Amino acid sequence: MDPRLITAVIVVVGVPAVLVGYIVATEQLLRIFPERVQPRIRPWLWLAPALAFLFVYLIYPTIGTAVRSLQDQLGTRFVGLANYAWFFSDNSTLHALKNNVIWVVLLTALTVGLGLVIAVLVDRVRYEPVAKSVIFLPLAISATAASVIWLFMFAYQPPGAPQTGTLNAALAPLGVGPVPWLIISNFSFNTILLVVVMAWMWTGFCMVIISAALKGINPELLEAARVDGATEWQVFRNILLPLLTPTLAVVSTTMIITALKAFDIVYVMTNGNFDTQVIANAMYQEMFNFDDFGRGSAMAIVLMLAIIPVMAVNIRRFQAQEAIR
Amino acid sequence: MTSVAASGLASGVVSGRWRRRMRKLPTHFVVLLLVFIWLIPTIGLFVNSFRPSQAVQSSGWWTVIVQPSQITLQNYAYVLAQSGLWPGFINSLFITIPATIIPIFVAAFAAYAFAWMSFPGRNVLFVAIVGLLVVPLQTTFIPILQLYASIRINLGPIQIPNGLNGQFLAVWLAHTGYGLPFAIYLLRNFMGQLPREVFESAAIDGASPVTAFFRLALPMSVPAIAALAIFQFLFVWNDLLVALIYIGAASPQNQPLTIVVANLVNSLGSGWWYLAAAAFISMALPLVVFFSLQRYFVRGIVGGSVKG
Repeated sequence: MDPRLITAVIVVVGVPAVLVGYIVATEQLLRIFPERVQPRIRPWLWLAPALAFLFVYLIYPTIGTAVRSLQDQLGTRFVGLANYAWFFSDNSTLHALKNNVIWVVLLTALTVGLGLVIAVLVDRVRYEPVAKSVIFLPLAISATAASVIWLFMFAYQPPGAPQTGTLNAALAPLGVGPVPWLIISNFSFNTILLVVVMAWMWTGFCMVIISAALKGINPELLEAARVDGATEWQVFRNILLPLLTPTLAVVSTTMIITALKAFDIVYVMTNGNFDTQVIANAMYQEMFNFDDFGRGSAMAIVLMLAIIPVMAVNIRRFQAQEAIR
Repeated sequence: MTSVAASGLASGVVSGRWRRRMRKLPTHFVVLLLVFIWLIPTIGLFVNSFRPSQAVQSSGWWTVIVQPSQITLQNYAYVLAQSGLWPGFINSLFITIPATIIPIFVAAFAAYAFAWMSFPGRNVLFVAIVGLLVVPLQTTFIPILQLYASIRINLGPIQIPNGLNGQFLAVWLAHTGYGLPFAIYLLRNFMGQLPREVFESAAIDGASPVTAFFRLALPMSVPAIAALAIFQFLFVWNDLLVALIYIGAASPQNQPLTIVVANLVNSLGSGWWYLAAAAFISMALPLVVFFSLQRYFVRGIVGGSVKG
């Protein structure tokens, strides 16, 4: 039998068994303490496994990466902010930074905008569940598979040859193209195309959350406005939109973070070539192609610093939400 | 007289309904157009996965409409038999199942403590976990790679003589750590909304927290646990980055489907003919999960976003 299967079975059965055993055993252990003290110790025993994982996999390595970003390639000596100075002066990394800005702006605008439009529109048709399923479907598949799907959309054959790509074939009757998608050298066009693939995947996410908020709005409110003679646009602009603003803010923060961390689609479709480099892919190359963990760490920290303001907004909103509970 | 008035009224109702339908026409048009646009890419891949190689390279997938005879299963036969895709499928299963089960157990205990035990620092600690939700995984890779490289284990069936990198255990544990903030957040929010009286009366009846957890909190949280399980399953199954970092090139025999398919893209270029079949195989399980359990999946996504 495959030894990996044995390990997998041991882990699948063993880890839950050990965890349950741990909780039961600590409860026995607690009995030696006076009853008054027990509720003070118990929560920490229940939290301990989770806190251990969070410390080892998120907190300790983040601190480690921050320290490592101040060291040289081999980690033998401290070089101050040299890695950051390199990041903010090197042409290729600045290019990646610029592309990440395009990702953040365009992906957020596309997914939240389309998600809002679709959520409001499907609310008015009877086949809403089917339509939503179709828009939502790409979120269930991997970015790798989505990349392959869109390689067939973007496929390009020289003029004269029959086009095998869906987009070029669709444009041909209009007298446009064939367009060499993904290898166009102007206006960061290739990055925009990659963002389109990501938007195809994530619009459903925004739509689902906005749609849930939409269902929470009292329909009598909208009906009253319509009876008073408000047009559909006025209902949308003056009632729906203000009520949906907090939800739009939530999905926007999620999409900004998703855009900053963009990796899979770039790695699979272009690997950062043709002016499509992003920080996450550049960092991967710095780590595994150039073996420079110092620079790689600095890039990770830049990514982290870009996300911190978004995280602060998230925490503030969470606390406001808790206050209402 | 009355009948004339009545029929006039009826025709007025009919024309009103008709007019309302007409007014909805642009909505139908836009929705159906968007549905069509969203479906086309996937349909194209699906059709191409059943077409022979010469056809894929010389004509578009839509020609299947006029020439349905081109359909063949040879791509799937080739892909499963020869391209290393089947081992990739097995590896994906090996990686995904433990990486889904472990974090749920770890998170459930912590979520219960956050929801139903009071202790100093509870709120601060939970806010910190909400903050950890957005830590980019990139900031964790290098120290963990180095930590993994230094690990040696010699315990009967579990032998790790050369460090953890390249092993399934490396990704299982990493996905557990990475998935925990969301898992704790989702489960705690759900458990916190369970009725207080149930736990109070259980405590009065002398039930210990362990009993209350296993007999009450856990069974009542099944919808949230289902949502979380689907979410984590899809996240791990679809993951490329974490697998690249901790398994990567170190042990090709352990690579999941995402890496195998990504490598096909890089190496095949114009050999696209079986790429479509390969991609579709990697999508098969997520699609089954999605279609059968969509309700829970949506609930997980909506419940997991920090609400306004």
